[in-house]
Amino acid sequence: MEKIIAVKGLKKSFGRLEVLKDVSCDFASGGVVSILGPNASGKTTLIKSILGMVIPDGGEILFQGRSILNTFDYKRNIGYMPQIGHYPDNMKIGQLFKMVMDIRQQDAVDKELLKAYQLESMYQKTMRTLSGGTLQKVSAALAFMFNPDVLILDEPSAGLDPLAAEALKEKILEEKSKGKLILVTSHILSEADEISDHILYLFEGQIKFYKTLTDLKLETGEQKLSKALTQILSSPSC
Amino acid sequence: MRSLIVKIGLLFMLPFPVWAHTIIVAPGAKVATLKQAVTLAKNGDTIRVEKGTYISLNTIVDKELTILGQNQPILDARFQEEVLTITSGHVKLDGFIIENSKTGSMRDFAGIRLSNVEFVTISNNILVNNFFGIYLSNCKHIEVLHNHITGSNNIENSGNGIHLWKCKEILLNGNYVTLHRDGIYFEFAKKCLIENNFSEKNIRYGLHFMFSDDDTYRHNTFKNNGSGVSVMYTRRIAMLDNTFIENWGSSIYGVLLKEITDARIEGNHFIRNTTGIYMENSDRITVTHNDFISNGWAMRVLASCNKDYFTQNNYKGNSFDVTTNGTLKEIYFNDNYWDKYEGYDLNKDGTGDIPYRPISLYAQIIEQNPQSVMLMRSFIVNLIDKVERAIPSITPESVKDEKPRMKPWKR
Amino acid sequence: MLKIAKYIILDIVRSKVLLAYTLLLLAISLTIFLSDADVTKGLVSITTVILIIVPLVSIVYATTYYFNAAEFTEMLVSQPISRRNILLGKFIGISSSILLAFFIGVCIPVCLFAFSATGITLMISGCLLTLSFISLAFLTSTITRDKAKGIGLALMLWFYFSIIFDGLVLMFLTLFADYPLEKAMIVLTALNPIDLARILILLQLDISALMGYTGALYQEFFGSGIGIVFSLLMQMIWIIVPLFFALKIFKKKDL
Repeated sequence: MEKIIAVKGLKKSFGRLEVLKDVSCDFASGGVVSILGPNASGKTTLIKSILGMVIPDGGEILFQGRSILNTFDYKRNIGYMPQIGHYPDNMKIGQLFKMVMDIRQQDAVDKELLKAYQLESMYQKTMRTLSGGTLQKVSAALAFMFNPDVLILDEPSAGLDPLAAEALKEKILEEKSKGKLILVTSHILSEADEISDHILYLFEGQIKFYKTLTDLKLETGEQKLSKALTQILSSPSC
Repeated sequence: MRSLIVKIGLLFMLPFPVWAHTIIVAPGAKVATLKQAVTLAKNGDTIRVEKGTYISLNTIVDKELTILGQNQPILDARFQEEVLTITSGHVKLDGFIIENSKTGSMRDFAGIRLSNVEFVTISNNILVNNFFGIYLSNCKHIEVLHNHITGSNNIENSGNGIHLWKCKEILLNGNYVTLHRDGIYFEFAKKCLIENNFSEKNIRYGLHFMFSDDDTYRHNTFKNNGSGVSVMYTRRIAMLDNTFIENWGSSIYGVLLKEITDARIEGNHFIRNTTGIYMENSDRITVTHNDFISNGWAMRVLASCNKDYFTQNNYKGNSFDVTTNGTLKEIYFNDNYWDKYEGYDLNKDGTGDIPYRPISLYAQIIEQNPQSVMLMRSFIVNLIDKVERAIPSITPESVKDEKPRMKPWKR
Repeated sequence: MLKIAKYIILDIVRSKVLLAYTLLLLAISLTIFLSDADVTKGLVSITTVILIIVPLVSIVYATTYYFNAAEFTEMLVSQPISRRNILLGKFIGISSSILLAFFIGVCIPVCLFAFSATGITLMISGCLLTLSFISLAFLTSTITRDKAKGIGLALMLWFYFSIIFDGLVLMFLTLFADYPLEKAMIVLTALNPIDLARILILLQLDISALMGYTGALYQEFFGSGIGIVFSLLMQMIWIIVPLFFALKIFKKKDL
């Protein structure tokens, strides 16, 4: 399958703390990759590097074959849902959507989540008045709105009610079937189990393994991702 | 007595043209110059000069004549001589353009010179480009009215616009003087009245007094002169209702008083001068009912002054109200309006309940260290001034207005 | 860049802090003008207030807003728009909002009650002062990572420029009173945006006093238009340079 994102020898440290130590991996379109790992393993930094929020110290990231350094146009093809959405207090939901449309110069082509979360009826509400869950819904809707080739979701289901989380999951699977790449970081393994094609496991800034879910289960002989993970991580070989 | 008889005689003669002739001067006519006309004329005659340009190399008027310019004829000395000298009393000179007197350092060449005469009127003339404009020496009872005098603005070599030396009882009214050295200069000129004149952009002083006692000047305007208005070594001067405006620059003043006594300064307006009044060795001066508005320093009173009174003046928008160079003694402020006063009036009698100290600490600092002018109106300067006003320690305790007005005096 | 500015303005104009700032300025201006018949005195009082309040509110509000909108900035960075445009958009957005407050709170009353050369100078220097302190706020916000430090630094800068700096200059002048310090003074003035704004107003209010200075340099500086041009130019530098460095840092900054 077509490589859409290539990460080569990525290095990043914050002060003395080395967060990413020579990370290399490729992401192809048409699949869900779950990026797993304990806290402070470098998941968010990896994602932020791809999004250009964190400037790497070394290595490079190619998006559709071109280095992303000092460019921003490639982000037109990415939808990003942050861990905690935070928007200007007095901005209205409608205004936020309109602003992002303005910036991307793209129309809101995909309003499925917008409808599923009934956000359109809340267009006049200001950000300050929204609950954390609603903010997450806004972020999710925003990420999918422009029908991008790549979706990057940072802890997407955190804070969402079960129904909303379910709707999001279905949306992810639907987009995957359209041949899109979806990068997800998550702590909820059952969720990752349900949607993932690949598992990228980061530990102390390095890739511990990067395998398909099927391979992982076969190797460990377990049916559940959680079990498989426990087994693989406790084995001394790696 | 003789002059009185002549006057009465003149009065009788007027209706009888047989006795009093009118001589007409015109270019190309039989009488083609003023000089010829004066030679032909007798006392009491009238000379009418028609429009035209006449060369006049120090024409001497030595008879009692009325000389009238029709439509502003020009008398031109071509920079070779004086233009006109009047050596006879009872002359009236009216309506000429008088220009281009010689310039020199040996003699004070003038546009119109009056020498040892009485009862002369110089009116409605335009003087252009003369070394001195109107020069009066040793004269009495002269009227200089509504003349428009423009100098050459030559900084090295310029005379005064109206120059009086050893004169008495002269009236200057409604003259305009500009671009001369001193606009109006008085030396040993006593009991004169200077009113409604306008003196601006002169190289040195707008008005300059030396040793001239008992003069009054009122309703004059002195604007943007090289070094302000100066009154020196003089007694009993009254300065009333004049306007001193935009006399700007270092050591430039609205009024400079030096070694003068018993002067009255009343009802004047000092507007946007670097220093409104500068006083040095000046005693028994009363300064009252004046407005000091937007001057750099409203007043600079040196420690050599004594027994001076400042009452019922308005001080508004001045960078500094009063400065001095030492310890002031017997200088009295009372009943003035100070816009910087921040006191209160609990008993509602229109005067503040705490005294105002017109000399600020920062004014003292700037006195010592002029370069700190760059800090004017900064927070730190406001702060030290406020502290000093609350707890005076450095500024002179004696200089204060015990009854500062809460509202400005209405004029 | 202007799109971002537009939405930031829409956000800020609804904020209570900005409303409070506007009302405060308006209250000060109106109180001064209505209680005092003398317009020049009113302008003097307003100048004193403006030289303190405008820099304070500008730098603190801009810093606070910058940090409060940190996540929003992250979100913007994830969108296809350059960092330069994001920062400049924010700068334009925040400055136009604060300038709007200044406009309503100060410019309108000044125009109504004291429209004069001094009034215009006051308005211009107030605007430039606002911009230079927002620019400084952007610099403090980009060089610090957390909000408390950022606001602390902003406050320190304000305190330094509005009080300490002039105190030091006064001390310097007293210590070196015997030396010709004209050039040094002009250079020192250029090192403080508040002083520059103050000098602009001085050149209007106190020109009569300033003209009393003998030194050739001061004469030229105050008398011709050079002082005004110099102050305006230096103010522009105070707006552009901190913003330039903020931009440089922001381009390399990890969010």
